[in-house]
Amino acid sequence: MIMRVIHFAILTIVALAAAPAAAVQPDEMMKDPTLEARARTLSEELRCLVCQNQSIDDSDAPLARDIRILIRQRIASGESNDAVRAYLVSRYGDFILLKPPFKPETVLLWLSPALVLGAGLAAAQFARRRAPRSTPALSAEEEARLAALTGGDRAGS
Amino acid sequence: MIVEIGHFALVLALGAALAQTVVPFWGARVGDNGLMEVGRNAALIQLALIAIAFAALVNAHLTSDFSVLNVAENSHSAVPAIYKISGVWGNHEGSMLLWVLILAIFGALVALFGRALPRSLRADALAVQGLISVAFLAFILLTSNPFERLAPAPFEGRDLNPILQDPGLAVHPPLLYLGYVGFSIVYSFAAAALIEGRIDAAWARFVRPFTLVAWSFLTLGIAAGSFWAYYTLGWGGFWFWDPVENASLMPWLAGTAFLHSVAVMEKRDALKIWTIFLAILAFSFSLLGTFLVRSGVLTSVHAFASDPRRGVFILAILALFIFGSFALFAWRAPMLKQGGLFAPISREGALIVNNLLLTTSCATVLLGTLYPLALEQLTGEKITVGAPFFNLTCGALLLTACFVAPFGFSLAWKRGDLFGVIQRLSLAIIVGAVTAVVGAAWLSSGSLFAPLAIGLAIFIIVGTLIEVVMRARRPGVAPGVALKRALGLPLSLYGAALAHLGLGVTLLGLAGLGFGAETIATLHRGAPERVGPYSITLDSVGERVGPNYKEAVTSMTVRSGERVVAEIAPARRQFAARQMTTTQAGLATLNFGQVYVAIADPTPDGAVPARLYWKPLVTLIWFGAGCMAFGGALSLADRRLRFGAAARAKVVAGSLARPAQ
Repeated sequence: MIMRVIHFAILTIVALAAAPAAAVQPDEMMKDPTLEARARTLSEELRCLVCQNQSIDDSDAPLARDIRILIRQRIASGESNDAVRAYLVSRYGDFILLKPPFKPETVLLWLSPALVLGAGLAAAQFARRRAPRSTPALSAEEEARLAALTGGDRAGS
Repeated sequence: MIVEIGHFALVLALGAALAQTVVPFWGARVGDNGLMEVGRNAALIQLALIAIAFAALVNAHLTSDFSVLNVAENSHSAVPAIYKISGVWGNHEGSMLLWVLILAIFGALVALFGRALPRSLRADALAVQGLISVAFLAFILLTSNPFERLAPAPFEGRDLNPILQDPGLAVHPPLLYLGYVGFSIVYSFAAAALIEGRIDAAWARFVRPFTLVAWSFLTLGIAAGSFWAYYTLGWGGFWFWDPVENASLMPWLAGTAFLHSVAVMEKRDALKIWTIFLAILAFSFSLLGTFLVRSGVLTSVHAFASDPRRGVFILAILALFIFGSFALFAWRAPMLKQGGLFAPISREGALIVNNLLLTTSCATVLLGTLYPLALEQLTGEKITVGAPFFNLTCGALLLTACFVAPFGFSLAWKRGDLFGVIQRLSLAIIVGAVTAVVGAAWLSSGSLFAPLAIGLAIFIIVGTLIEVVMRARRPGVAPGVALKRALGLPLSLYGAALAHLGLGVTLLGLAGLGFGAETIATLHRGAPERVGPYSITLDSVGERVGPNYKEAVTSMTVRSGERVVAEIAPARRQFAARQMTTTQAGLATLNFGQVYVAIADPTPDGAVPARLYWKPLVTLIWFGAGCMAFGGALSLADRRLRFGAAARAKVVAGSLARPAQ
């Protein structure tokens, strides 16, 4: 049943190829709400390959629509989200993932917040250590100057 | 003719900027007051000349003079007048001209209001400001001349990009640039302080108003941009972690950190080196943002490589000002005297934590934005760093900063009593925690963000209010006296409180999104479709012709139960000149939330495929940003802290203070 819906959807796209597309359309959606929810979650994690910084869920581009439909086809045929994701990565590379995977090339990226914060804390600690522990006491000369300024009523403060 | 006058004025402005750079700097070195004064006049003359150039370009756009390349490429005779004006900065050349105009305005403000400053400090600051002007004026004149003529002149212009034909363009870039460029003053004064080798609370006091102005405008600019994106792009998102957005967020984060550390310096004479560092950082990020947006390096490294003239020029400017200032910093900063001791548990300590979290998120945004570019250059591998990465990393850092905010606001300077503060904030902590738990129970599933954020938002709002009340009310004080005390509290305190409240309100708006609803459906006339607590009915579909577009416009009714609560008219606009279609979302504000409807092209039989959203509390996101900016303005209005006022007070107190000097 679902396959037929999707098949129909694909036919419609071919027929309406000239019409401008838009982000997720009613005609693309799967009948089963849980499957559709899975498709939505997945398409929010995937990047539209031809636009800047948009997920395929939000994108108007025809290519994004094609991938949205592809995802639904694969989910309908019983694949898990991970399998669909793996398939898309094998086809388009890590580029398609909005959240970069954790691997040697991206270690620095993922660890940077912790590293920067750690370095900042260390620097703050270092600055604290270097700073004098307490305010040095006033010299006799400064005491005299202070007394002159406050008119001798310093005890009150 | 007017166009040539504009061009000529811009060349003269470069001359004035050169004079502003060289003469006062030399004057400060040899101690010649006359030479130092030249900087003041040069700054004012420069402003006048750039204003003439800008007016000339505005005039060319208003009169649709298509013999000017810039007008022919970015305007159309049928565009409404307001978009003819905003179209001036809706393109590369014009926006750079706006950039230098605002730069000159800030330079002139220093020239006019900097009288109370040490003469050499002001001269040096104006010289640095002049150098920034020289760099950008040369950039405009050599690579991005807005006054270039086109022969033969075309009969009609190529039109302004339809997405830009929106009031958003009239507001967003000028606000953003006022923020970006406002930090140039802070930068110039930091550089001047390093050159002079001396920095004190008076420096902080003079820089403070400029910081507040820049920060408030930047906050408004970012908020305006996000609201614009929200209603114009058609899927209800308001922040996409787009590199261009990140470019504006980085100076904001660094600027917010600076705003807090300069407060420490002003009040406690501490964190001097760190404050200078942040001052340089904030403007460096403004420059970096300008480079990222203007060079085209983000769209694709290849686009950058195919026309590298502009990109390389801005990169050179960037390198000069960033490396130059950090070299100066490395050389001179160790000579600055540190002062103001404090215990780790104190307001200063909390502000350091705030600073660390803000700068770390700033670094994360920077790395996330540039990492893909660097990786592709180094290994050829392409990756994407998108919203999920930033939400996770910056989200965690910034939520932690939000959590610290009420504690910092309530802690005492120098040595705080954490237990006392927790006791003081206990009500806020309890209310916040209860809200978070109730929120989590209500949602029952989904991410942790929404309940956490809503609890945190309530904690910040209640905690801030408690602190303000406690400052006014002491145990055993009569209500009338407490009210008097409340009125006597400094405006800067109210400003800070309002900014923190704004933060809580914005967070509340963000949390609200987790409680929203979405429906994707094809609407048929007369058949209601539910979204959240509302139902939406398509009433009619029609055609309408605008000045330079035609649109398919629908009319829909929003009902709550049987009651009609709003009428909306989402539409699709087609612009003939550029063959582009835009989505005009239908928005209805209900309480603090919005019903948001974006449509696709209607089908021939009159049905309308549409995305319907219910976004509770969404308007609070921008309302909160407005509160933050207004808080900045309130703080700015505090007479006690105005530089001139302090200087006048010093003159009165001078006879007393003299013997101590």
